[in-house]
Amino acid sequence: MKQATIQTTHLNLVIPGRQKDVLTTQKRDKILKAIALILIYVFIIACAVLVIFPFFYMIIGSFMLEEDVIAGKLWPTAGSFFENIHYNYTQTLQRFDYFKYVGNTLIVGFSTTAGCLLITILSAFAFSRLHFKGREVLFTIFLATMMIPGEMMVITNYTTMNNLGLIPTQGQTRIQAYLCMILPFISSVFYIYLLRQNFLQIPNELYFSSKVDGKSDWQYLWKVMVPLASPTLITITILSLIGSWNAYVWPNLVTKNNDYWLISVAMRGSALQLPDPLAPDVYKTQSSWTMVASTLTVLPLLILFIIFRKYIMKGTGRAGIKG
Amino acid sequence: MEKRNNWKAWLYLAPVLILMAVFTFYPLINTFVVSFIKDYNSSYGFNAQIGTSNRYVNTGFTFNNYGVVLGITPRNPSTGILDKTFLSFTGPSALGNTFLITFVTVPISVIIALVISIAINSIKVLKKFFQTVFFMPYVTNVIAVGMVFSIIFSRTGVFNTLFKLDVNWVNEGATYWRSMLILFVYIIWNALPYKILIFLSGLQNIDKQYYDAAKIDSASPVKVATKITIPLLSPQILYITITSFISAFKEYNSIIGLFNRNYTHDGNLPDLYTVVYYIYDKLNASSQTEYASAAAVVLFVIILFMTLIQMKISKKRVHY
Repeated sequence: MKQATIQTTHLNLVIPGRQKDVLTTQKRDKILKAIALILIYVFIIACAVLVIFPFFYMIIGSFMLEEDVIAGKLWPTAGSFFENIHYNYTQTLQRFDYFKYVGNTLIVGFSTTAGCLLITILSAFAFSRLHFKGREVLFTIFLATMMIPGEMMVITNYTTMNNLGLIPTQGQTRIQAYLCMILPFISSVFYIYLLRQNFLQIPNELYFSSKVDGKSDWQYLWKVMVPLASPTLITITILSLIGSWNAYVWPNLVTKNNDYWLISVAMRGSALQLPDPLAPDVYKTQSSWTMVASTLTVLPLLILFIIFRKYIMKGTGRAGIKG
Repeated sequence: MEKRNNWKAWLYLAPVLILMAVFTFYPLINTFVVSFIKDYNSSYGFNAQIGTSNRYVNTGFTFNNYGVVLGITPRNPSTGILDKTFLSFTGPSALGNTFLITFVTVPISVIIALVISIAINSIKVLKKFFQTVFFMPYVTNVIAVGMVFSIIFSRTGVFNTLFKLDVNWVNEGATYWRSMLILFVYIIWNALPYKILIFLSGLQNIDKQYYDAAKIDSASPVKVATKITIPLLSPQILYITITSFISAFKEYNSIIGLFNRNYTHDGNLPDLYTVVYYIYDKLNASSQTEYASAAAVVLFVIILFMTLIQMKISKKRVHY
């Protein structure tokens, strides 16, 4: 017979057949619980180490000389620590025009985000506050497009951009390249959905009282709703910027000049090479410099994540809660 | 009041409708149509050029684009060579690899994420800290970290050194299965953070009284997990399974990050094509847009089919 552990100080129950009283059972339970807890922590820490290791090695690798990275060292052994860092970072920045690519990425990222915010605010307002025929049907159609693989769109969008003359085979201008990378990503159904959910939580009373005050819908949107939804707007801004930073496929397709590369495209496309000392004609990619470039690409994201952790986790988590 | 709002609402929606019409709805229809066009020429839309002349006519519709993509009909009838890069039953192909990636990485990553989430949820000290640590890889750059992974798993890299191995995992000349294995590891590593985030937020919403009741019945931890936690978490598990099936089917960036682009093109090396990889390669190559479109429609149909199946399951099995 199984016996529940009862909190007791006076009674001393004896479990028949086992010759054990409750106190010993309790003690045993406590020890088992402690062991289980320790095992859980060991498991979590082990998993965390595995998850973090690539980041750790990326940063440590960027402090190592090439020979150490190639030999699979876990810690820099050759050279002197600070000289290695200086050498690796200056050499990489000579070949990998980091600030130029970051500049491109920020221009494209902020333009996309600004356009996206404006359009998202307007349409989320229409979908949450205004009543019109076909509202629910239209919103369902919007949501349905989220399920369709983006590749369906990419193919025709590439042709569209081509037909608009934005992807000439020679002499693509900066503006053309930027327009190609910005235009298709201004409208995002996911962000509209996110903001609409937030707008719907704003009580109707606020709307009616602002109507009494003689405010128009337009004023109400910008003076009341937008400030109230600012946490969601911050989330959208950050997610959209991260999206531009990590965009690879489309920017790689539409940019025909290295000068307009975004950071992810440049990361894969840059040649961080040195001639092989044994065969000067053969160029070898320097793993340590790849680590430097990766660190420079990933670190801003990690910093952004640490600062805006709450917003990022809330925004990405929101999608799942509704199920 | 409703009447007055009608035209105003459409005014608010005008920008998004115009953009979506151009970049979402039109492409959707157009890609579908293009997949059926004979001798499609991307510069001249529906019309195809005759020979080298300047005359363009519509040469009609055909199922051949699908035939070529699926390796049933030859691209050039005079040579009769079938293109087996998308679908092949004898060796690696885009569709085969994609199915393999999906059916290996999705179940494994869901199970690992579930175990880690339950473990994190059961502790009190440092819970928030671990939650953040496990979510961190979510914001990273897939290309950059993929390149780091390929250095970690290189022949003399840190992985082989730590485990005293001499195995060529990802470098030139690596076998198909070794490359695939590292690709699985990378995709799972990449897929965990989002899943853990969703599972943890689901776990935190489960009412504590279920666990109290289980305690009174002195249910074993395994029983608590299988009879309470997992059933109550089933909406999240279903959601995650659907979304990760879809994203695994669109795997591309991780391959580009891990293996260099040109590396997989060489016939002597393991062919790690995926459906999306195939689509972009056809799109990049001149005058093959119709094959890219046909492959995209195939991808769309598969994703639609899978989503429908999972929706059906959700009606039967998911506890709400």
